[in-house]
Amino acid sequence: MRYLPLTDDDRRGMLAAIGVPSVDALYSDVPRKVLLDGPVDLPGFKSELEVERHIGALAAKNLGAASCPSFLGAGAYRHHIPAAVDHLIQRGEFLTSYTPYQPEVTQGTLQYLFEFQTQVALLTGMDVANASMYDGATATAEAVMMANRVTRRRRAVLSGGLHPHYRETIETHGRFTGFEVTSAPADANGAEDLAKQIDGNTSCVVVQNPSFFGHVHDLSTLAKACHDAGALLVVAVTEIVSLGLVTPPGEMGADIVTAEGQSLGVPLSFGGPYVGLFATRDKFIRQMPGRLTGQTVDVEGKRGWVLTLSTREQHIRREKATSNICTNSGLCALAFNIHLTLLGETGLTKLAEINHATASRLADRLGAIPGVTLLNETLFNEFTLALPKPAAEVVEALAKRRVLGGVPVSRLYPDDPSLANLLLVAATETVSDEDIAAYEAALKEVLK
Amino acid sequence: MSTPTQFQAAPMQGERRVRTISGNKGLQIEEPLIFEQGMKGRSGVDLPAVPQHKDRLGALKRKGEIGLPGLSEPQVVRHYTKLSQKNYAIDMGVYPLGSCTMKHNPRLNEKMARLPGIGDLHPMQPISTVQGALELIDQLAHWLKTLTNMPAVAMSPAAGAHGELCGIMTIRAALLARGDARKRILVPESAHGTNPATAAACGYEVDPVPADDRGRVDLAAFKAKLGPDVAGTMITNPNTCGLFENDIIDIADAIHGVGGYFYCDGANFNAIVGRVRPGDLGIDAMHINLHKTFSTPHGGGGPGSGPVVLSAALAPYAPVPYVVHGPNGFALVERGEQAFGRLKGFHGQMGMFVRALAYMMSHGSDGLRQASGDAVLNANYILAGLKDEMTPAFPGTCMHEALFNDEFLEGTDVTTLDFAKAMIDEGYHPMTMYFPLVVHGALLMEPTETESRDGLDRYVEVVKGLAKRAKAGDAAYFKGAPYHTPRRRLDETLAARQPVLRWKPEAPKKAAE
Repeated sequence: MRYLPLTDDDRRGMLAAIGVPSVDALYSDVPRKVLLDGPVDLPGFKSELEVERHIGALAAKNLGAASCPSFLGAGAYRHHIPAAVDHLIQRGEFLTSYTPYQPEVTQGTLQYLFEFQTQVALLTGMDVANASMYDGATATAEAVMMANRVTRRRRAVLSGGLHPHYRETIETHGRFTGFEVTSAPADANGAEDLAKQIDGNTSCVVVQNPSFFGHVHDLSTLAKACHDAGALLVVAVTEIVSLGLVTPPGEMGADIVTAEGQSLGVPLSFGGPYVGLFATRDKFIRQMPGRLTGQTVDVEGKRGWVLTLSTREQHIRREKATSNICTNSGLCALAFNIHLTLLGETGLTKLAEINHATASRLADRLGAIPGVTLLNETLFNEFTLALPKPAAEVVEALAKRRVLGGVPVSRLYPDDPSLANLLLVAATETVSDEDIAAYEAALKEVLK
Repeated sequence: MSTPTQFQAAPMQGERRVRTISGNKGLQIEEPLIFEQGMKGRSGVDLPAVPQHKDRLGALKRKGEIGLPGLSEPQVVRHYTKLSQKNYAIDMGVYPLGSCTMKHNPRLNEKMARLPGIGDLHPMQPISTVQGALELIDQLAHWLKTLTNMPAVAMSPAAGAHGELCGIMTIRAALLARGDARKRILVPESAHGTNPATAAACGYEVDPVPADDRGRVDLAAFKAKLGPDVAGTMITNPNTCGLFENDIIDIADAIHGVGGYFYCDGANFNAIVGRVRPGDLGIDAMHINLHKTFSTPHGGGGPGSGPVVLSAALAPYAPVPYVVHGPNGFALVERGEQAFGRLKGFHGQMGMFVRALAYMMSHGSDGLRQASGDAVLNANYILAGLKDEMTPAFPGTCMHEALFNDEFLEGTDVTTLDFAKAMIDEGYHPMTMYFPLVVHGALLMEPTETESRDGLDRYVEVVKGLAKRAKAGDAAYFKGAPYHTPRRRLDETLAARQPVLRWKPEAPKKAAE
């Protein structure tokens, strides 16, 4: 077996050194009746080539989003990842190291996490950020639980423009941890007013910007309404590239900003692993979930980094920890960090402009097709179309023509027939003029 | 050209000679933050012109700068290359972190995760276009269910602790379904911190169970705590002392006897893969850390993946989404009748699933059994090699990790921490220190199966040498270690007292020319 260095000679010699007759003898604490005599019923070992063939054949059964015109978003976006990103994250010193618990031999990881935290704080317009969470949905659920701790209240109000997976993740935690969740109905037109939902028990209001349906909102009034009532405003961002162009939540009064960071550096990979971003105000740092990297000095006075404020965390605080999270998304945070470093201020701004321009052009073209209505006054790189027939059927028909035309809203709201004809469409910098033309032609044909 | 024989190294002549002008030390190169190297207008990415378009941002266009630095591609490549060289990694040598299973990460797995049709697959594509992906998840699920002899598996949890959350929520959902949520979860004192944190996050009171003098759950104490308000127990097996809980079947029977469920923390599954099936032990739920047992890379702290295998009693309550065989091939259930809810966005850590499947297929059933045997053999080889110079926490053999207490350091003024820091100078990542909490000054070593015998021989020689050095009264040496790292001991108290969690530009100087 190519990953096992021990030879049979080694094994014999080692057993002799230990003073036991066999490897089985090392399992003597296992009750005899449950110790297996031989391998379980699964295939035997395979060479690299055989494994490649097997998994390659499975991959070939899929229609990859990079192999055809593709317009899917809904919380995961196809962006071009510069070649240097994937090269650098595969350096073994990053790829195969553990959580930086021994700072003297993990300064590389700690320094990039410190840079990552700074980038996230700058992008969101907040004071501080943590070293990552699993994904945007879990980060947002953690934000609600943090707001509950900070305000000592137990009711969260969720916008109807919040990604349904985020809402369901929060509702699940609410059911088990014991807090109340008031979820507004789907806000396809971007017209909801949440201020009247806030009361003296409300710990936080959670909104998404741009919303699940693509609308870009000014949240300043809502932030004021939250603060007047002693509640926090949590803003979730599922398309982080938007912050290259859109006013950041921190400038509109957000208390906690969570985000899905997948758009920078992380491949689509059928939904994971992704990277959750979590940022807040200085005054709340001791209530934050997850790991934090902090600056300090070594015994020679040289600047260095360590994991810090770990008295919030499960390995110290156990059942009193702010969260049970341990492993986070370190390597995806590195990919995010490298991609954003490559882009820089001018690169990110321009990337965001191209995204917006491409989506806006696509909205013009598709919105002009007879029977199709564009629901968005505002958008960044994603918008909602009302079609003359169920969107799920249309998407299937488009896929047969090798166009991945978007996400039918019914996939995420299966119980609401009033949303059946709505289609979410996203366009990033990966969409070419030819892709737009192909989509327009295919959609016309399908709707004929 | 000069040959090596002509080259004469100058003798060291004291500190002044050794100190460099740059602050670099040969291959140890100082590296500033990206924010300290950026230049306005510079970028490492070329983008085409922005097409003509109608502005649809409303009045919400960002005003002012973000503050991101501008670097070119060569600067970026150097920056991260230099940072990487400040890390220790499994690619460099033994990484004996107990309970973390730092084994070799095969590169084939990386290649498979990046295949077109996997890496570029959007999670919300029509199901007809992702049949291969669902089949792959189904195949991995089959391997996990077969290795554990459990009928169901929830694939979506993103890491071990997330899997624990999944397991305890499933248990609570099953109890709620019979109208009996219950109050307490029994957790051994030797458990990972995530166990009590998880139980608390699911609304349970944590009731700690002591260890007996054999490093196992104290069965009598455990039974004494049982009652009708006990929802379940969370037990790691093999446990964090590196020992198999030999009363585990009695524990399972006892918890089932009061109507509770048995959650097993599968962090140490690597010791028993292909040899013991958790389903045969009476376990109701167990998470499997794909990033430990099945070799997906730890990546400096993640991402992980923590599928949870479930017993027939718990299976109906598994969270969405899950893959099923439908009339038109594979289908994805995103809304389930009895499902307890949803744990994250989309469907799980697909990138990790591909890697784990490639790893399992490479080993095969026979190879996985060999791997767990070698992991246990390697740990016992270390234990045998070190037991005379150090003090094993418990007598007898161990499973996949060897646990020592700090008795051998008594009277030396050298602590477990000092000992760990001295290992760093010897070119090794330290073992896990001060965990589990039930052993004083614990030193927990897990070599894994991917270390060679001669590699372990060298490791044992070095660790023995350090133990001898500590006993010889050289405490000052240990207190100062490490000496040869990019940074020496760092002031963690300062970091916590005056938190600096991000870079900030220096305040502009007042017109000082």
